[in-house]
This record gives sequence, C-alpha cells and structure tokens, in this order.
Amino acid sequence: MVRIFGPLVGLFFAAALLWSFAVGAIGQIREPDPATAPKTFHLPPKEDVAFSFDGPFGKFDKQQLQRGFQVYKEVCSNCHALKQIAFRNLTDLGYSEAQVKTIAHDWQTKAKTFDVKTGDAGDRVNTPADHIPPVYYAGTGNPPDLSLITKAREGGGHYVESLLTGYTDQPAELLKKFPDSKTPDGLYYNPYFANLNIAMPPPLTTAGQVTYSDGTKSTVPQMASDVAAFLTWTAEPKLEKRKQTGWAVVLFLIAATGLAYLSKRNVWADMH
Amino acid sequence: MSFPWAKHYKPSHPLMVWFDEKLPLPRFVYNAVGPGFPVPRNLNYAWNFGVLAGFCLMLQIVTGVILAMHYAANQLVAFDSVEHIMRDVNWGWMLRYAHSNGASAFFVVIYIHIFRGFFYSSYKAPREMIWLLGVVIFLLMMATAFMGYVLPWGQMSFWGAKVITGLFSAIPLVGTPLQQWLLGGFSPDNAALNRFFALHFLLPFVIVAVVVLHIWALHIPGSSNPTGIEVKTESDTVPFHPYYTAKDGFGLGVFLTLYCLMLFFFPNALGHPDNYIPANPMSTPAHIVPEWYFWPFYAILRAFTSDFFFIPAKLMGVLAMFSAILVWFFLPWLDTSPVRSGHYRPMFKVFFWVLLLDVVILGYCGGSPAETKYVLISQIAATYYFLHFLVILPIVSSIEKPQPLPFSITESVLGSDATAAA
Repeated sequence: MVRIFGPLVGLFFAAALLWSFAVGAIGQIREPDPATAPKTFHLPPKEDVAFSFDGPFGKFDKQQLQRGFQVYKEVCSNCHALKQIAFRNLTDLGYSEAQVKTIAHDWQTKAKTFDVKTGDAGDRVNTPADHIPPVYYAGTGNPPDLSLITKAREGGGHYVESLLTGYTDQPAELLKKFPDSKTPDGLYYNPYFANLNIAMPPPLTTAGQVTYSDGTKSTVPQMASDVAAFLTWTAEPKLEKRKQTGWAVVLFLIAATGLAYLSKRNVWADMH
Repeated sequence: MSFPWAKHYKPSHPLMVWFDEKLPLPRFVYNAVGPGFPVPRNLNYAWNFGVLAGFCLMLQIVTGVILAMHYAANQLVAFDSVEHIMRDVNWGWMLRYAHSNGASAFFVVIYIHIFRGFFYSSYKAPREMIWLLGVVIFLLMMATAFMGYVLPWGQMSFWGAKVITGLFSAIPLVGTPLQQWLLGGFSPDNAALNRFFALHFLLPFVIVAVVVLHIWALHIPGSSNPTGIEVKTESDTVPFHPYYTAKDGFGLGVFLTLYCLMLFFFPNALGHPDNYIPANPMSTPAHIVPEWYFWPFYAILRAFTSDFFFIPAKLMGVLAMFSAILVWFFLPWLDTSPVRSGHYRPMFKVFFWVLLLDVVILGYCGGSPAETKYVLISQIAATYYFLHFLVILPIVSSIEKPQPLPFSITESVLGSDATAAA
C-alpha cells in the first residue's frame, strides 16, 4: 500500500509545488517585484563606534552610563518611558544610595497614589523602590518604551547610535527614483529607520545640549553613543555578570571535557 | 531482551542485595545503561546524540519548572514577568537564557539524531517501533517549543501564535470554528496564553513518557551500528558501562561547552529582536518568522502560492507542512533496500547529502522575508523534499547495487586478520 500510494502522494505535492513555481515565475517575469525606497535606501546600523561592553571581556563604563542616563533624563524622558528600570537599579551605574534617593526624589513626574478610603487620586515623590514613572505622550507617533530597545532592534546599541546621528536630508537620488516617496510633513528622513521616515524629530541637535557633570564635552556623537551605552545597560543589566560567569563556566567545562576525553581513551584503550 | 552473553547483575553489598530483592531497580538500571546492556563496539560519535537529547529534555524540564515559579501567564503581565526574571530573580537571567537556548540546543541535537537515523536507515526492521516513537517525540517537541515561544508574549510570540493557529482555519467547513475553539477567542488572547502555558508545562512530561517507550523499544533489538549488520558474537559488543558511559561523558562535555558559549556570550543570537517588543495586536511585524528550528517546515508552508485545481493554496500548504513530517512515519516501508548503512549504498548516499542540503536551503528560505525569489527557491527545494522520500527512496532501494558488507562488526573494527585469528 505504502509503495503504491507513497509515490502518488509525492507526485501530487510535487505537481502542486511546480504549478505554484510556474505561476510565480511567470508572474515575476511579467511583473518583477517593484523596488521600493526602503529596500533601496535603508542602511544597516553603523558599527564604527566601539563600545566598552562589546566582546567576551566587555564591561560597562560607569562614567559613560551616568552620562547616558543624564541624556535620557534631560532629553529622551520627555517622550520615552523606561518602565523596566527602578530608581534603585541606578546604583549599578556607580551612584550612591543617597544620590539615588535624591534622583528619585527630584524626578519630575511624581508617583501616582490612590486613597482607598476616599477614592481620591493623588501623587507623591518617588522613592528608590519605584520604577521610573510612565510617560504620557500626546503628539504624533508612538514613542516606544526604551528599556529593551537595544535588544528589540537589529544592531542593538549601534542601531540607537546610528539612528540618533543619522538624520539627514532626503537624498535627491531617492526622490528621482521614487517620486512618490517624499518624506511626509511631520516626519523626518533617517536611513537607519526601517521605513526611512521617523516621527521623532532629531532629539540631539547641538553640542552642549546636555551639560555633563563629569566635564566630558557633549558633542552630538558623544551624547548619542553615551545614551546608546546606557540603553544597552537598561536592556541587559546583567551583561557583565553574564560574561564573567561565562568565562568561569566555559573554562571549567573545557577542563572537565579534557578529563572526560582522557578517561574515554583509557576505557577504550584495549578495544581498537 | 539482551544478548545471551550479557552480564548478570550480582549485587555484592548486603544493602543492594536487600534492595534488589524488594525492588529490582538496581537490576533494571544495570541492564538498561550498565554493564548488563551489550552495545555494538563500533558506534561512532553520531550515536552520542540520543543521550544528549535525553540530557536536553531534563535540562529543559529543570530550568522550565523553576522559571514557571516566577512567570505569570496573564497577558497583562507576562512580558514584564519575564523581564522580572531577567532582572530581579537571583540568577533568573541565566535560567531563562539556559531555557531559551536549551530549546535551540535540543533541536540541534534532535536534528543530528534524526539525520543519523536517515543515513544509517535506523528505521528499518527490526527497529521500526523505535523510529515511529521518535517521530511522535519530534511532533510533541514541536508543539511544546511553539507554545513555549508564545509565553513571553512579545510581538513574535503573539503573531506566531496567530499565524500557526490560523493554519487550522484552512481546514474546510470546520476551520474557523476550530481555530476559535483552540484559541478560546477570535485572536490570541489571555485564554490562549493560559492554555498554552498549561500545555507547555504538561507536554514535556508526555515526552518523557514516550521517551521511556522509545528507549524500551530500543532495548529489544539493541542499538543499530555504522555497518548496519547485526551483532553476531560477543566480540561484536561491549558493555554499555563503562564503554559508552565514558564516550557519552566526553560527548556531553563537548556539547555543554558549545551550549554554554551560546548561553553566556550570544544568548540572543538565535532569537528574533521583535520578541523584545511587547505583544501588540494592532501592529503587525514586517516579517513574521518562527524560531530557526521551524524554518524548513515554514518554507514548505509558504511554498504553495497558487490554488491547485479545487484545493486552495493555503490548505495545500498546511497539508504539505504536516505531511513533510508525517512522511517520516512511512520511511520503514518506503526504503526497501536490505542494506541499512548508507556507507554501503552508493546511490542512496548521494541522495542523502542532497536531502541534507535541500533541508538547509529550505531553512534558509523559511527564515528569509516572504519575497518572490525565496518563495521560488523553496518551491523547488520542497519539490525535492517530497520526491526524495516518496519517489526517489523507493526507486533507489530497488535499483541500487549495494557494496559488499563486512563479515562482522568485529571485522569492520579490527580488519579481517583479527577475525581469522579469533
């Protein structure tokens, strides 16, 4: 039975597939898939910035994370939330507990409260145990929560850095090839953004926009890579611990596997 | 069963004598994976992957049960509860990466195990039942992995669930009601997430049960071997312990080293970035792709782009995708060559490597965006896939002239002089 029906079923699927192939191939010859502006002009993230946390020995640069946090706080946090991060987590950046308390206390958006006796809503100052309060945004577009943005985009920190420094005028060549693809009003051309037109206005525009407390000169590329580093930390705060543990685990396993190999050879010595 | 020369369990310590009389568990272990199980002496490293698969299953169950203690299967908090595991649970990040990369490692191991079976025709008599149970395990694994991927409730979780359950809507007449019944709603929602979590917790234990049957069935004829000829004398075998425990120990070390390199240094390399975006039913990702281990089958699903006579393309795709695995059930009866090992089958060997390449191409297309060029390539590759199993294998096994087999397993290891001397 199998030997009769098997080949028939095989030929049935093969025929259906070749039919689909023929229809698809003829369609492709008659009317090839049209080129689109995003397909032609989208760029993969630049990799020219070297981050301290890259590579198997990578570590966060705490000074840089603090600068990045400052950029987030003074620029990004106007529109973007960071809900996975609690103020207490900021001690990872090298802030003391007292400093974290102050940062939480002085945070512009207050924590919401609800009085169960009266039903009244109110607010109070943030404490280190609170997460960074949500951001409500009424303008164009949907600013995503940034907690995991470097893990949610191909290229991670490089993507963020490229996007922030990648704003430019729409190339004349693009408009020549795709006259219908002019960037709509209210959007901004950025070749690192998936569909080339992003609703976010260029957030980092001028050197000195943020005054770094550690005296580093805040050029636009500097601020962009600092905030990219900070957002890598928010997405993967255990990165350093992961890599350090990894070394211990892998070195142990290599040694153990070496011993296992020797004992295997010993056991099999008289069998070959 | 066992071979007549299998060693018998003779407990020496009074405690073990006492235990073995009351419950012969020590005897059972001795005969299953101890000195009481004679195994062909010529197994190569391709035979390590059964033990590795068992190890992966245990790894997934242990890490999974602990993760379940911290995870909340509710659509409002599922995503955040995974991030809670990553940030606030002690070593939670390691557990979760161990589990998500463990799934990939499990599939790497199982695909090698399956292709080992293809090359050495491990499905042939008298081992058909082992093979059939193995295919059942693979199907259960796919269901488990799919539901597990939904649990973090990211964008790919949600849209993957939507696409895969949408396959059922292709079934004529009952399709749409069936899909709604499976999901407990019109679209993946809290009901779906909850039942996927319950089933994702349950199915691994079902897999354990089928694995027990798989290994039980293995112990009836004993392991196959790279020559494909049967064990004849005691010199053809070695006791499982210490020979294969030592060899599997080394294999496990190599596996763990590679797995831990992934886990600690590239934990997200095999995942999709979109799954770090919380599920959003109002925003469809640009490319919906499943995890890498489903790519070959996903390519077959998408390869059907035109209706075939009265059968809608979507239904054809669903039928073909399931048939691509179901066809494995019939392998013992499709491949009629009396020779098992691919080493002695000159034509079969060539087609085996073509199949492997074909599946890799299908996988590549399945992971690529649904652009015409990838679809066209996967149509040719899928055609070969079905022809390979259903047309080429039966023809090859009837026209092929196999090469001469060695006289015995011992001869294949030591050469014919040694056999003469023995």
